[in-house]
Amino acid sequence: MTSPPSAFEHPRPESLLDLFVAFTVLALQGFGGVLAVVQRELVERKRWLSNEEFIEDWAVAQIMPGPNVVNLSMMIGARYFGLRGALTALAGMLAVPLVLILLLAILHARFAGNAQVAGALRGMAAVSAGLIAATGLKMSVALKRNPVPLQWCVAIGAIGFVLVALLKFPLAYVLLALGGLGCVLAYRNLR
Amino acid sequence: MNGAIHITLAWHDWLNLFAHYMLLSLMSLGGAISTTSEMHRFLVEQHGWLSQAQFNDSIALAQAAPGPNVLFVALMGWNVGMNAGSTSAAFLGVATTMIGILLPSTIFTYQVAQWGHRNRELRPVRAFKQGMAPVVIALLLSTSWILASSAGGSGYHWPLWLLTLSSCLVIWRTKLHLLWVLGAGALLGALGFV
Repeated sequence: MTSPPSAFEHPRPESLLDLFVAFTVLALQGFGGVLAVVQRELVERKRWLSNEEFIEDWAVAQIMPGPNVVNLSMMIGARYFGLRGALTALAGMLAVPLVLILLLAILHARFAGNAQVAGALRGMAAVSAGLIAATGLKMSVALKRNPVPLQWCVAIGAIGFVLVALLKFPLAYVLLALGGLGCVLAYRNLR
Repeated sequence: MNGAIHITLAWHDWLNLFAHYMLLSLMSLGGAISTTSEMHRFLVEQHGWLSQAQFNDSIALAQAAPGPNVLFVALMGWNVGMNAGSTSAAFLGVATTMIGILLPSTIFTYQVAQWGHRNRELRPVRAFKQGMAPVVIALLLSTSWILASSAGGSGYHWPLWLLTLSSCLVIWRTKLHLLWVLGAGALLGALGFV
């Protein structure tokens, strides 16, 4: 990476409370995913991160196991306040939305007998399925620049889909076997 | 209650649930959503702790609510606990699944993130990051398939497939806000079209 040395001092969170509030506010804006909101709030509005820093952090957050935005919030919190910052950012991201979603679940249980409510959720589930497929398709564009040759990518993807979606194989074996194959192919083709 | 089932969970079942989510945590390379197919296999098919409707509703509700998508895991835990018979079990379910899905991955990420950041040009680091991409994408498409094929309960229900396909195209190809698409899906469902 040729990211220039930071030419200006970033603004930074003033306190743990500031960090907690910032992450709570952005989590509450994220319907169906928080990533886009993180970029807008922390890079464009608060300027705690430059765009380059954000992209690098996002790449690492994606490599790591675990929910990506949770990883990202932890890494940003850790940068300013160490472990306390990581935990604070994590709590900000999860605490209030968790309470909200449990309230929703209780409401839903009360009205689930209602045909309209059941229908609305069925419709939203179908849309969610489409959203997840769309995320996969958006990500697949990056395969063109992947060191794994495209025909191997397609083969690994197709076999993985058949094993997991159609044959219901346990995920661990599929990840180990096909992921391992991908890593070996990538390693061979990288310089 | 919608699709509720009655189950009895012993202590070793709770431990089993916790252990399974800890394992999933370390496997969730495309985000928690990429392990959804495995959650389905474990909770719905293998143990019958969650009904198909509860499984789908957990994901749909989490998509419709603000906050990170990983909260669908909390809803699954909540529903497993409610199936086991009480609100306190439901809170135990939330704690079990959420701590399980977060603890290993966050400890791992916290430890590795700085190392990975410093060494991001190393060949093995790049090979791992890029080599996993095809299978991560396959997992997302598998999750979508499992959700779509079970959204209508049992049997082939073409209007739901059509809704899934068209919302996929809209979200993939346009910048329309997701909330509009979810709202349209909710409306079509409430009016009985899908």
